[in-house]
Amino acid sequence: MFRFLNLTLSGVSNGMIYAAVALALVLIWRATRIVNFAQGAMLMFTTFIAWDLSQQHNVNYWVCLIVAVVAGLILGGVTERLLVRPVENGPPLNAVIVTLGLFIFLQGLAGAIWGNAQAHSYPPAYSIIGYKVGDRTLLFAPNDLYIVIAVAVILVALYLMFNRTPVGLRMRASAFAPEVARLLGVGVGRLLTVGWALAAGVGAVAGILAAGTQPGYVAPTGYFDALLVYGFTAAVLGGLDSSVGAVVGGLLLGVLLSYGDGYIDNNIEGIYALLILIGVLMIRPSGLFARRSVRRV
Amino acid sequence: MTQQETPAGAVVVPRSVSTTDRFGILSRSTLLRHTLLALIGFGLFLALVEVMSDIHLSVWVTPIAYTVCAAAGLTVLVGLTGQISLGNGAFMMVGAYTVALLLEHWQSSHGNLQLIPVLLAAAAVSALFGLVVGLAAARLRGPYLAGATLAFAIGLPQIVNYSHLANTLGGNNGISVTPPNPPSSFDLYQWQAILCGISAIVILWVLANITKSRLGRSMRAVRDDEIAASLCGLSVARVQVFAFIVSAACAGVGGGLLALVRLVAGPGAFGLALSLSLLAAVVFGGLGSLAGAVYGSILVIMLPLWSDDVSSALSIHSGKVTNNLPLLVYGVVLALAMLVFPGGLQGAVIKLRRLVVSAVRR
Amino acid sequence: MTRPRYRVAALGAVLALGLAACGGSSSGGSKSSSSGTTKGNTTGVTATTITIGSTQPLTGIAAPGYSEIAPAAKAMFDYINAQGGVNGRKIIYKYLDDAYNPTETVTKTQQLILQDKVFGIFNGLGTPTHLKVVQFLNQQKVPDVFVASGCLCWDNVSQYPFTFGWQPDYTVEGKILGNYIKQKFAGQKVAYFYQDDDFGQNGVKGLDMEIPSSQVVSKQPYQLTNINIQSQVQKLQSSGAKVVVSFSVPAFTALLKLNMLKAGYNPTLVVSDVGSDPLTLSGLLEAFAKQGGAKVQGNQLIQGIITDGYLPPWGDTGNSWIQLFKKVHDQYDAKAPMDGNVEYGFAVAYTFAEALAKAGKDVTRENFVKAIEAGLDPGAGLVPFRYSSSSHAGFTGVQVGVIHGTTIVLQGQPQTTDDGSGGITDYTQTQSQAPANGVPTG
Repeated sequence: MFRFLNLTLSGVSNGMIYAAVALALVLIWRATRIVNFAQGAMLMFTTFIAWDLSQQHNVNYWVCLIVAVVAGLILGGVTERLLVRPVENGPPLNAVIVTLGLFIFLQGLAGAIWGNAQAHSYPPAYSIIGYKVGDRTLLFAPNDLYIVIAVAVILVALYLMFNRTPVGLRMRASAFAPEVARLLGVGVGRLLTVGWALAAGVGAVAGILAAGTQPGYVAPTGYFDALLVYGFTAAVLGGLDSSVGAVVGGLLLGVLLSYGDGYIDNNIEGIYALLILIGVLMIRPSGLFARRSVRRV
Repeated sequence: MTQQETPAGAVVVPRSVSTTDRFGILSRSTLLRHTLLALIGFGLFLALVEVMSDIHLSVWVTPIAYTVCAAAGLTVLVGLTGQISLGNGAFMMVGAYTVALLLEHWQSSHGNLQLIPVLLAAAAVSALFGLVVGLAAARLRGPYLAGATLAFAIGLPQIVNYSHLANTLGGNNGISVTPPNPPSSFDLYQWQAILCGISAIVILWVLANITKSRLGRSMRAVRDDEIAASLCGLSVARVQVFAFIVSAACAGVGGGLLALVRLVAGPGAFGLALSLSLLAAVVFGGLGSLAGAVYGSILVIMLPLWSDDVSSALSIHSGKVTNNLPLLVYGVVLALAMLVFPGGLQGAVIKLRRLVVSAVRR
Repeated sequence: MTRPRYRVAALGAVLALGLAACGGSSSGGSKSSSSGTTKGNTTGVTATTITIGSTQPLTGIAAPGYSEIAPAAKAMFDYINAQGGVNGRKIIYKYLDDAYNPTETVTKTQQLILQDKVFGIFNGLGTPTHLKVVQFLNQQKVPDVFVASGCLCWDNVSQYPFTFGWQPDYTVEGKILGNYIKQKFAGQKVAYFYQDDDFGQNGVKGLDMEIPSSQVVSKQPYQLTNINIQSQVQKLQSSGAKVVVSFSVPAFTALLKLNMLKAGYNPTLVVSDVGSDPLTLSGLLEAFAKQGGAKVQGNQLIQGIITDGYLPPWGDTGNSWIQLFKKVHDQYDAKAPMDGNVEYGFAVAYTFAEALAKAGKDVTRENFVKAIEAGLDPGAGLVPFRYSSSSHAGFTGVQVGVIHGTTIVLQGQPQTTDDGSGGITDYTQTQSQAPANGVPTG
């Protein structure tokens, strides 16, 4: 029973990280109907920047986090404006290939700047020693609590922004009905850029949170590739259109993967994710929190 | 078919067999034309093998040849049916392990003839995986398909570590492959090159015929407008799944050859990087173009080898940059291709040819 | 697309001519010629140089720590070359990155043999990686010396006559560590954590030869590609083991320690020499020491770890070998930390130079192998080598030590044993002195 509790708890904290990545993907999907396959590489890159500051120059954790988010904002905005804008309205294949190109490029760039050794560790924000319950230790530590709270705060902030602020309203209008929004004087292009920037900022936070959980995550290839797949799976699970869905999807995925690791075999986590993804796409492709029905042919 | 210009209202006289057309029957029978080209190509390839040194065969020609097998399949899938697959590296892995397991457990006295059924088996088993993935993918479009095949590319290699299969599949270290000895008149590296070259030519021949056939036209129809295609009576799902099966089979042969040449089938060779570089190869060459698949394969094999020379020329002495130069190039290629050169290299070649031809005609 | 097939053929022709032009002009011959067939194969040897190659994990999961070894070996060769080399020849060392990926090892090794035409492969690193090339190298009759791995597989004179180990093999290490645990932790529950390949499995074999099986409550393997070892650590914890023995590379030792910390599990940790270098481990763990608010120190995490060694510690400044190594470090590898990996590189390079000196002026691939089989002085090693015409294994034992601060403090005496049922004996002879100029005499 205790084992089940531990597996669930560790699944929750991992799941919140997947949820953050899913949120970033959902933000971009809602804005431009594109899946950003470079999301994992973008957050890897911003995490490397933070790592460089933190480990090579001894900068404080929170400052590094802010720098990473700002770097994400810039990276996301520039990507939309330069790379994605030309292919936004074309066939979806083109956008997929462009984002994949960025994915590969960022991996190469990170390797060229910081090398390919899988040796880098990133500090967590708080203690990683689990809370004690009697004489046993839970697999849930202050750092994990911080992860859960951080992602929840992001979710709430996004919700408030989209639903309660004029900017948010304009962004939703730009995504939903760009022509009408333009007629009403909304700078659609600029808001799409803002959407991508925000998404990359959220992704940057996800990267920092993830990096602080294990040594060896900060590397150009490896964990962050898997994180992209998990984020995508979580987003699909919850419905690519729904932010709340992204978080629920992330939690669900995290917990299911944790059970798979704990009860079956912990070497084939990628296969569990694959099966879950295929399962969702077969049974309920629009996800748990679908807003509109899927076009059937 | 060349068109005869006729004045309006005139009766069109059917072309007789050998009037203006220099190539006669060849221009009418696609199959014959392709076969002749394949034979010519094979002859040229043999000449190449004779002339090149062992190290260049082993490091350039052989890897390019088995990459062409996989790239050609992928370009047909992405270019002709518009389905993007990031998982062809995983199909190569299936082919490689099929070959490795067969050679491990099937002791044969037939020497190199054994390789024919072994490679066919690699194609068949990969085709089976392609069928499964294709069925799952038939309902998916665009980014969903890309995401699902991405998950496949990352997830499948992990199967070798599954506790119940780890012994059979050799875990992370893979399975050693002991191919039959080359025929006595051949040097080992020449033999490997010839083996891969024959396979590549055969695959190109098969795919060229499919492309030009009714099946190829069905694929393009499905890519361009699914609804119209299904209104015309095409079974969209069946065409799409078939494309997956073909591309997986080609990748399986490529992977099987890789295992035979590298003497090991291990998960390390078949990660996400392989799938992404295959995609970069076909985008570079031109989606849907078989010649493009050849150009692209040359790119992805030669680029890491040229990185050293390029770095020295640019006075870059950092090992980190040199190692990552290929990735940087692939990324730029993919982005540029979509933004500036949608037709890839082959598209540029065609455009150039048209320019030259129209300039000459004036 | 009217006539694309002609284009393919034309392109094929152009390519064929182009590649032939590039390829035909270089070496041309498809068989590597061996010069001096009457005396033996002297590929890679000239009057003034001898070229050797290696495959090393310069990137990837095994890179932490191990990527320092080859540059250190090269530094030692550079130092020796500056003194005139061995028998008038300078040693040229070319090492390539295989990222600890066996498929890459095969490619890079073929490149070194076919393209670079090296005399031999020196210190090829890794058990799973080198296993994939050892047959090829022996078929090609290429010296494959001082493999950087403690697998028992390298000691196979009949099948691999050109291959030699160097470091103590994992079963020897396992026996000596197991014996120590048997004595110091009698009756306590013991668990194993090990890499799921010949490295870990050979180590476990040695441990099992000494530790009574009733004491062993759990054996958890790990895969190099999966850094999520939470499940294994959970099982170790729930087994109640008070001592955990780990045959792991440094990255996984760090992961083990960290996951145990998370789970509030604090057994005595015994780690194989290959995964216990204190500076490397501190580097991997230090980020976790920097978290805001908590009192965890990276270095504190590794204090008291029991391990072993077979070279003198850096702190032993009176030792002539350490003095030599310090000189080499300061002059040729100053940027590297003075840790176990760098010392390993210096020591194994010295052994190579020693073998080369012994082979004499007319060195060939065959007589080089014979020179090693005639026996070598252990140099900086604390125990003798096992080299003979019937054994190609390297060091015969290790000395148990404990991590204090940033170094390993050796305890008791070096001990020697074998892979089988032989007993463990103390070794009390003193080391030879290092040559003043670092160049071994024949």
